[in-house]
Amino acid sequence: MRPFGYAAPATVQQAVGLLAAEGSEALAGGTDLLSLLKDDVEPVDRLVALRGVAGLSGIELDGGTLRIGAMTTLQELRDHDGAIAALPALAVAIDGVASPQLREMGTVGGDLLQRPRCWYYRRGFGLLALTADGRSMVTEGDNRYHAIFPAGQARFVNPSSLAPLLVALGAEAVVHGPAGERRLPVEALYQAPQTAEERENTLAPGEILAGVEANVAGSRSAVYEVRQRRSLDWPLMAAAVTLTGSEPRAEKARIVLGHAAPTPHVAAAAGDLLSGQELTSETVAAAADAAVEGAQPMSGNRYKVQLARTAVRRALGHAAGMEI
Amino acid sequence: MKGRRVTDDAKRSGFSRRSFLRGGAAGALSGGLTTGLLTGEAGAAAADSEATETVGPGPVDVELEVNGATHRLAVEPRVTLLDGLRHRLDVTGPKRVCDRGTCGACTVLEDGRPIYACSRLMIESAGRSITTVEGLGSPDAMHDVQQAFVDNDAQQCGFCTPGFVVATAALLARHPAPSEPEIEAGLGGNFCRCGTYKGIRAVVAGGKGGGVSGG
Repeated sequence: MRPFGYAAPATVQQAVGLLAAEGSEALAGGTDLLSLLKDDVEPVDRLVALRGVAGLSGIELDGGTLRIGAMTTLQELRDHDGAIAALPALAVAIDGVASPQLREMGTVGGDLLQRPRCWYYRRGFGLLALTADGRSMVTEGDNRYHAIFPAGQARFVNPSSLAPLLVALGAEAVVHGPAGERRLPVEALYQAPQTAEERENTLAPGEILAGVEANVAGSRSAVYEVRQRRSLDWPLMAAAVTLTGSEPRAEKARIVLGHAAPTPHVAAAAGDLLSGQELTSETVAAAADAAVEGAQPMSGNRYKVQLARTAVRRALGHAAGMEI
Repeated sequence: MKGRRVTDDAKRSGFSRRSFLRGGAAGALSGGLTTGLLTGEAGAAAADSEATETVGPGPVDVELEVNGATHRLAVEPRVTLLDGLRHRLDVTGPKRVCDRGTCGACTVLEDGRPIYACSRLMIESAGRSITTVEGLGSPDAMHDVQQAFVDNDAQQCGFCTPGFVVATAALLARHPAPSEPEIEAGLGGNFCRCGTYKGIRAVVAGGKGGGVSGG
């Protein structure tokens, strides 16, 4: 690793002040950032350690509202019986971060804001992976794990394990910055960059993710991941669904794909199709088809379209308690 | 670069910084729930007296406990816990294999929790307690898990073994009698390229060694 400075603020305000300076980067669990530094992918002058910042770690269950601090480790969340009972799908999403060591180190905020796994990005070719004359290394190269819903020049996938579920739930992100606190839907944390300067998240310099808040009452959620390996790897495809309203009808359905697009991919048409409907194998299959409508697979990732269909069907089945 | 406020004089840090790096992080962690989760107000009154100092990139004094002994050393912020243990403290049980948090050979316990030492900066472990395979037991007085690895011939080349022993101890501390899926999940963060998994499963299935001493 190249040399860098280090600051360990005690408060959110101090952290925000430090992170407003150019070249400063927030350090959470470190499982992703340290790899990026070792591989010299992202230049950093100073790390701002969030581990000791007060008010960023902890879990509150307040009626139907679940509040999770960004520095809460995945294992702490997994071990919180109240949170898991209120939102059992969390256990599936967390267990998908498949190693005890990563769950002990990795944080909720770090999972949400980890950088993409695209191997061109990780080799230093940038998020858009363009050649000097503007051709895409992804479309012309090995794209087996890339997006089936590319967005402009962005063809990597969002790697977060928790984001699809939180987006399906309609959770809010709590962000602190130089201008104070702002709240936004978790999906608005993400963007598909179109220039080399843009990142895949929407946080401004100096802003930090303090945590997330979700209403977990009155809905049923599920996560289904399709994996190549059970340990130490990201899923190939994931679907999260949230159904509101009493069974067997879904008053409203929200279906979100992970590992499918540069951002958590809200399959709005699929959700609309199910809203107000009874969940049957027919309606579920129709929703799964709708979820991949408009997919634009590349030379090596056509298989992911079918994985997405399957993930949606099984997530819906789990949420509705059906055998699919 | 603009805004960069790094200093190179941290080699001889003052007492205030030294005591901060020893205890600051752990002390602040407990503040979460009762002092305003997510509100950004927690701890403000206590901390606004002094601006946060940036240390490094030169060596910074760090104090931490390793296998029951307190160590104080000066390390650059970029030094990982793994490299600090191996190169500075001569604690060579944790192995540097992938150095990217994907193989488990560097597994140690930090405050009793299994972590990848390659993916933690040593400065981040200041004030905390580290247990490596050496801290679990010695050749003369082996930890039950270490003895079980010997009894079940659960190693071949042995390079992954220290990490597996620590991960197994952590697994058994959490699940004294783990089910098959719990064994798979609990040791899913460690790889053995020789394929000694059969012996390691036998170690865990023996249910020996629950609990971790020395940390």
